[in-house]
Amino acid sequence: MADEDRIVPDPALRPGLAVEQLAVERGGRRVIADLSFTVAAGEALLLTGPNGAGKTTLLKTIAGFLSPVSGRISLGRAADDQPLAEQAHYIGHLNGVRATLTVAENARFWAQYLGGREERIPPALERFGLASLTGIPAGYLSAGQKRRLALARLLLVPRPLWLLDEPSSSLDARSTAVLAGVLDEHIAGGGIVLAATHLALGLARSRELRLGFAAGQA
Amino acid sequence: MSGFWTLVMRDLLLAAREGGATGTALGFYLIVIALMPLGLGPDMQLLSRIAPGVLWIGLLLAALLSLGRMFDTDQDDGVLEILATGPLPLELVAAAKALAHWISTCVPLAILAPVLGLLLNLELTAYPILVGTVLAGSPAISFLGSIGAALTLRSRRGGLLIALLVLPLYIPTLIFGISAISAVVTPPGSLEASLLLLSAITIASLVIGPIAAAAALRAQLG
Repeated sequence: MADEDRIVPDPALRPGLAVEQLAVERGGRRVIADLSFTVAAGEALLLTGPNGAGKTTLLKTIAGFLSPVSGRISLGRAADDQPLAEQAHYIGHLNGVRATLTVAENARFWAQYLGGREERIPPALERFGLASLTGIPAGYLSAGQKRRLALARLLLVPRPLWLLDEPSSSLDARSTAVLAGVLDEHIAGGGIVLAATHLALGLARSRELRLGFAAGQA
Repeated sequence: MSGFWTLVMRDLLLAAREGGATGTALGFYLIVIALMPLGLGPDMQLLSRIAPGVLWIGLLLAALLSLGRMFDTDQDDGVLEILATGPLPLELVAAAKALAHWISTCVPLAILAPVLGLLLNLELTAYPILVGTVLAGSPAISFLGSIGAALTLRSRRGGLLIALLVLPLYIPTLIFGISAISAVVTPPGSLEASLLLLSAITIASLVIGPIAAAAALRAQLG
């Protein structure tokens, strides 16, 4: 009896991402049709598939930027009234880095705006090897450094769901390994990673969902 | 609410650092008003009669110049996606951006307006009213303008399109802004009624602008 009062850290009870019979159209073309899958807490799902298979569309739909034609996306208990977008980090093709702000100013804006604590900024920048660049306007960074700055956002504000679109693009081998370490830690902590990628991320543990073209499309 | 002020302060910092918007608006306003006496001739009475209208129209056009950048740069570098996943509703995002536009563009223009009034032989009694009406009426320029800025987000070179969309919405502000000044310069006319109506339009735009802009932003996010 006493056991029932305790909160059981059973993975099955922790919030996972569920996508049910999702259909999404872009420009009148059905890019995703009848897609259902679940990702449990503490799991990474890699989205693969040819160009135009709907990887980015799926991530944007989950982030709430696109409205699906039909279907349901839910994270955890249905009663949870916090919108999904506010529980997710979305890192798309664009880094969200303003060129005229310094590295530190970009990070501080994200932390303040997204509701994170400023103490998290130095370790996050350190982790992605940007500690020595904090005073430099972000416009002077290389493509890989800008990408690392964008990825540092993941560590500034704790959010359970990470939606990553080609996260390792323009990263060198060392930075890709750092990214893999960060993702592994997030998963180990019960987070969810959903990453569209063509390159191997080198995660310790991950599943793959291969998107094809929706039925009726060549 | 802290996200709101964070966003306003960031936009003001960017306006100060990137510079272009405020300087362009002030320069444009100065040149347009300076051209008037050259084009219309040195008829002091004519100039002083049309001064309120010319000062208001010039100000509307000058404020329009920087409207296009309100969401454009954030869309280009992906910041808009971050703004959309933040705890702040898009309505307040649009309101914060419009407020920053008002502070960085319309307030400097309101300060410049009386200086330019000198060029048009505006009557002395009209100066405080001019600044007052511009400050009371110009938030509508930024907040209604945010609708046009959000609607034209995806169209490259949307600058002229914004003017076509938004200028008709400014007509009430223009009419009551000018009639308030005219009430002082060329009586009869009720200064109080015009100022109240001007403020009413501004207050309505504070509500309508962000809601409509947020709807337009949602449609453009994907």
